[in-house]
Amino acid sequence: MAERGWTSPKARLLLLAAGAALSVLAFMTVGLKGGLAFALELRAVRLAALVEVAVAVAVSTVVFQTITGNRILTPSIMGLDALYSLLQALAVFTLGGLGYAMLPATAKFLGEAGLMALLGTALFLPLLSRRGDIPTLLLAGVVLGVLFRSLSLMVARLIDPNEFAIVQSARYADFNTLDATLLVPCLGLTGLGTLLVWRARHVLDVMALGREAAVGLGVAWRRSATALLVLVGALTAASTALVGPVAFLGLLVVALAERTVGTVRHGPLLLGAMLLAVILLVGGQTILAQLLDNVLTLGIVIEFFGGLAFLILITRRRR
Amino acid sequence: MIRISNVSYAIAGTTILEDIDLAIPSGGVTALIGPNGAGKSTLLSLIARLLPLSSGTITLDGLPVDRTPTRALALRLAVMAQEGSVASRLRVEELVGFGRFPHHRGRPRAQDQAAVAEALALFDLEALADRFVDTLSGGQRQRARVAMAYCQGTDYLLLDEPLNSLDIIYARALMRTLRRIADDRGRTIVVVLHDLNHAAAHADRIVALREGRLVADGPTGEVMTTATLQRVFGDTIPVAEVDGHRIALHFV
Ligand SMILES: Nc1ncnc2c1ncn2[C@@H]1O[C@H](COP(=O)(O)OP(=O)(O)O)[C@@H](O)[C@H]1O
Ligand SMILES: [Mg+2]
Repeated sequence: MAERGWTSPKARLLLLAAGAALSVLAFMTVGLKGGLAFALELRAVRLAALVEVAVAVAVSTVVFQTITGNRILTPSIMGLDALYSLLQALAVFTLGGLGYAMLPATAKFLGEAGLMALLGTALFLPLLSRRGDIPTLLLAGVVLGVLFRSLSLMVARLIDPNEFAIVQSARYADFNTLDATLLVPCLGLTGLGTLLVWRARHVLDVMALGREAAVGLGVAWRRSATALLVLVGALTAASTALVGPVAFLGLLVVALAERTVGTVRHGPLLLGAMLLAVILLVGGQTILAQLLDNVLTLGIVIEFFGGLAFLILITRRRR
Repeated sequence: MIRISNVSYAIAGTTILEDIDLAIPSGGVTALIGPNGAGKSTLLSLIARLLPLSSGTITLDGLPVDRTPTRALALRLAVMAQEGSVASRLRVEELVGFGRFPHHRGRPRAQDQAAVAEALALFDLEALADRFVDTLSGGQRQRARVAMAYCQGTDYLLLDEPLNSLDIIYARALMRTLRRIADDRGRTIVVVLHDLNHAAAHADRIVALREGRLVADGPTGEVMTTATLQRVFGDTIPVAEVDGHRIALHFV
């Protein structure tokens, strides 16, 4: 069973880790000029943010896909990040732009993340009876996504145009202007969530077999699924808060990870997805910013290739 | 002992099981028979807590299945459901290995590996151990699923139509293996069977359902009669005796 040598999952993970390390190194050093300490600090902050987003998106996508029984749908395709935008718009609307801006950023974020975890779980738990039924889940996701997006647009129209900017900036993926004030709470939340998911990796292996098999093997399905969905909601909040919605990043990295690592075990799969996400975001940002002079934004490039992967997966779906 | 008292089950107002009272003694092979849609799978799923019990009680060695922690039950009872979409990209050995999960929770030890090896040998899967499950034939996959349930090493083994898509030789081999597991290791096996003759040849007891009701429950010899089968299937099935075996002539 255990493959050895350069084809084993372990060796492939080592290669990915080397790639991620290289990306980080390049991100920190290429094209460095001027005040070294200042530039390095600036880059370190942005690096931390990119890594945080990479990890949060990768982990939440793997978990969500395993619980819902497919490798095509992701939290953002199902409209979860649109829900985050809606929550923000609603908060600005009810509190007023000033009131919203005056709330302490960390408390605001944690409140939003908590709400996301609750609402996301409440939304997706009922859908689990349709586990594996991709057309139905996809339809539900499209409807929810459109609903949340139009609702947040509607709320945005009700908001004073000046305050609208606050909401606007939260609706598009933007890797150049990161919200650094939220970095520390986002890092904390992502670290905690990732740790909890990591500890549940063997349970995830069993849950991938389906509800009946998992219950037969002693997994408390509903309790585990609920707890994991809470984590998915929180992790989605943690990535959306920093860069905004990235629809297809999760899909792309998990699809690549599954093929690169060559195992469906969640330990290696989670690590592979995280490392690939770091390579894509950190390495991609380095290339676009340093070599291509920002003619394209990372968000657009990732959405393009992620969308392509989505189409390929949808059309080539086995079964 | 599996004790089922007053169990009824309905889906959206339609009665699926009605007032089932049944005791399945420990040890031996009990066959569950009945026409399509009689409620066999539903009953098995209720025993194995795969469906929520809505009325009545089911206990396993005195433990109520709906209130005992699911993990504790997984150490006493293994179930192979009728339809299992098997996750793709899993090798046979990995699938069978999942049967050990209740014991090791993700960190297999030597005794778990030994149990997997034993199950692979017992169900003639050694040559297929490295194959991906989604590349197997229906019968091979079915054997792998049975091996996984067996590998769980529980006192109670519940199998829903394990003979599905097995050829005659493997079907017979599986029934003999189940018989041996019950005899040599004192396991209690409850198996849903379509083929009456497999039930007649290998089961100690037969439980029969029809339209959600219990219509027969007794030693194999008592149930395998034309009169009883008439009550179960609502049609005449001659029963002959050849070399000391009761044979239902359901094909003539
Ligand atoms: N999810 C369901 N919704 C509606 N009816 C169901 C459902 N599952 C089973 N049934 C019905 O319950 C009855 C018993 O089903 P089942 O226990 O699978 O029968 P068996 O295994 O004896 O063939 C059948 O009439 C079937 O149509
Ligand atoms: Mg059935």
